[in-house]
Amino acid sequence: MPTTSKYNKPATRRKLSLWEKLYLFEIVRGLLTTFKHLFRPKFTRQYPEERWDPPASFRGRPVLVLEENGVERCVACGLCSRVCPPLAIEVRASETELLKERYPVVFEINMLRCIFCGFCEEVFPEEAIVMSKDYELAFTDPSQGIYGKDRLLTPKAQLKDRLDFLAKMRN
Amino acid sequence: MPKITIDGKEYEAQAGQTIIQVATDNGIELPHFCWHPALTVAGNCRMCLVEVDKIPKLQIACATVITDGMNVKVNSPAATKGREDVMEFLLINHPLDCPICDEAGQCKLQDYAFDHSRGVSRFVEEKTHKDKRVAFGPNVLFDGERCISCSRCIRFSQEVAEQPVLTFVNRGDHVTINAVPAESFDNNMSMNVIDICPVGALTSRDFRFKARVWDMSFSDSICPGCSRGCNVRVGVRNNEIMRLEPRNNPNVNEYWMCDYGRLSTYHAVNDERLAGPRMKDANSLQQPTDNDSAARRVAQELSKYKKEEVLILGSARMPIEDNFLMLKLAKEKFGKQHIPFIPHISGQDERKLLRADKLPNAMGATLMGLVADGHYQHVHGEKAANATVLELLRSRKIKAVFALAGNSLADAQLLEAFENVEFFATCSSNDNVTSRRADVVFSIAQWAERDGVFVNFEGWAQQLRPAVSTKYYMRGRDQMHMSRLDRFGSPYDKWARSNKRDAREAWRFVQLVAKELGSMSDHAQHWKYQHTEEVFDEIAATNPEFRGMSYEALGDMGMPVASNKNAIVQPKYEEVSQTSTMRVESVGSVIL
Ligand code: SF4
Ligand code: SF4
Ligand code: SF4
Ligand code: FES
Repeated sequence: MPTTSKYNKPATRRKLSLWEKLYLFEIVRGLLTTFKHLFRPKFTRQYPEERWDPPASFRGRPVLVLEENGVERCVACGLCSRVCPPLAIEVRASETELLKERYPVVFEINMLRCIFCGFCEEVFPEEAIVMSKDYELAFTDPSQGIYGKDRLLTPKAQLKDRLDFLAKMRN
Repeated sequence: MPKITIDGKEYEAQAGQTIIQVATDNGIELPHFCWHPALTVAGNCRMCLVEVDKIPKLQIACATVITDGMNVKVNSPAATKGREDVMEFLLINHPLDCPICDEAGQCKLQDYAFDHSRGVSRFVEEKTHKDKRVAFGPNVLFDGERCISCSRCIRFSQEVAEQPVLTFVNRGDHVTINAVPAESFDNNMSMNVIDICPVGALTSRDFRFKARVWDMSFSDSICPGCSRGCNVRVGVRNNEIMRLEPRNNPNVNEYWMCDYGRLSTYHAVNDERLAGPRMKDANSLQQPTDNDSAARRVAQELSKYKKEEVLILGSARMPIEDNFLMLKLAKEKFGKQHIPFIPHISGQDERKLLRADKLPNAMGATLMGLVADGHYQHVHGEKAANATVLELLRSRKIKAVFALAGNSLADAQLLEAFENVEFFATCSSNDNVTSRRADVVFSIAQWAERDGVFVNFEGWAQQLRPAVSTKYYMRGRDQMHMSRLDRFGSPYDKWARSNKRDAREAWRFVQLVAKELGSMSDHAQHWKYQHTEEVFDEIAATNPEFRGMSYEALGDMGMPVASNKNAIVQPKYEEVSQTSTMRVESVGSVIL
């Protein structure tokens, strides 16, 4: 039994005119757009000779902040590793004579797992781990994707942009 | 029996109980810091405020004795506000350094800050500063700023440890805790204060910062340090034991464990383990081998000798199941009625907890029909009448030895007497003198890697449970406890790529040897055990002491053996901060 609901009509197609069927005008119009862009300024970048400098809000590879006195800010609380959704971070703590009492003996971020969400930066109130501007992450071997303290520690001066940005966003 | 009403529901109580006791007996958790069921009531934290009808002011539930018909309101607006105010006061000078605090994740202050606090502070002034990292004795460190002055540690030192050296000094917001000058809080129970401190003011020098609470799995087991058999909880991260903490068992250890057990028993699981079975080659050098060839070699060698030239040794370090099968092997294949085990008595019985008998299962082994070797039993006293292992070895009557476990050759006399032994096979979990001397050594599971039953010196049978996985016990499959890391880690994560050892229960090797020997006689059909529990079920069916027992019946608290039916004390209240760990774990699974 055929239904007569108004939602149930067969699809109809608009009838094309002869001019539209020929399609010639549309092709010319497309080519014109292409030609116009030949004389406009170029957007393509000659990477890697020409690099892009991201803005402060960019979330690149997470790094550890190294204070001026050569000690990492991190106290190995493990909150970043706790909050990291893909479990990319491993922290192992130990005791130090410094005022901060604990420091990370092992701090590793598995960049093959990291999803650049920035939760690790957000969870820690003192900005010990922040998102850098580094977006160049290519490995020839999976084990290179695990960044240890040697590659994570970044002097505070280099992270000024991001730290200022975070301070601004907090207030 | 008096009845009281808590938040509109009526509960039966006993005369003389306090409100908090009635509440906890009925499964209601009232917030509290200073009250501990095993300590006297101090009533100084004020966290347990409740409203009681006909009393104008809020009352502390831990010190208010009930009367018949009392009407208690826990969640009334006045009581809630009272607790919120107490929390605000407690947090005024608290450093809020949870990120570096070991207690975080199982801290009462943290929990109550979520449940009973407004979450804002009106205190903008400078917080007071106090001493941090003060050593209270060799094992305990104190952080004055985190202390909330509940006095639990002070009362513990006076009432349980009976070394009253901790005390409050100063007044007001300068109050802090000192060990009496020139004395240190140095006794074998000192580390229990770390567990009862409701915050992170007292920390363990041994554990400090090794792992976060939410990264560990906690499995219930038994301390193998002495014949007391304290109930413990084993904290494991990446398949390595990080710490032990006591578990309440009113029949055995109450809420406590000794420092000796806490600090000395877990290293044997983590370190210096055998990688697998080993066998001496023609040049008398130990080489790795596989279990079947090792068992075949043991069977061949043992059957070369006359039955009376073979010595079978049990071990009170091993659960009853292993000893039961070792004795069975000795009976069936070597016609022996009893086999000896070497006791290990050192020091004196302490007034609480620690025993001189350092083997966890001497009673169990005895109940299985093993005999404690006379020489070592009476090494501090008069000598035994019958021939001891040492005498047998010295008289050169023994040519071959098959031992269940234990590092017996650490004893110089025995090592020397072993010169006369032509073939020595043993089971061992660690690399030590005994395992190096052996012609064949099987690699066996440590106490934290297996099931099994220990019987303590009072005749209390208790269950070991695996906390550390081996090649044969897997967390996911064998229903072991799993931390968040175990649950979500993959073999490609370094922190999940743990060291899974090639170690099995000792009785499996006894069974292998028996099977090899069996091909020469007709007993092979008895040796078909698949799991430790089957061995235990056979023990329960054949040994009247264990009648009616099963792993399920033993449960968390154990059972007394038949000849020793002590009145069973019913556990009432579980004073642990484990709840919050569980909460962290469950939150973890929701987020992830
Ligand atoms: S950015 Fe996100 S995924 Fe990457 S390490 Fe931080 S928390 Fe983990
Ligand atoms: S150190 Fe801990 S147990 Fe002792 S008074 Fe302070 S908070 Fe209480
Ligand atoms: S008393 Fe014995 S069983 Fe208890 S913790 Fe100490 S060593 Fe372990
Ligand atoms: S628990 Fe009642 S006053 Fe501390």
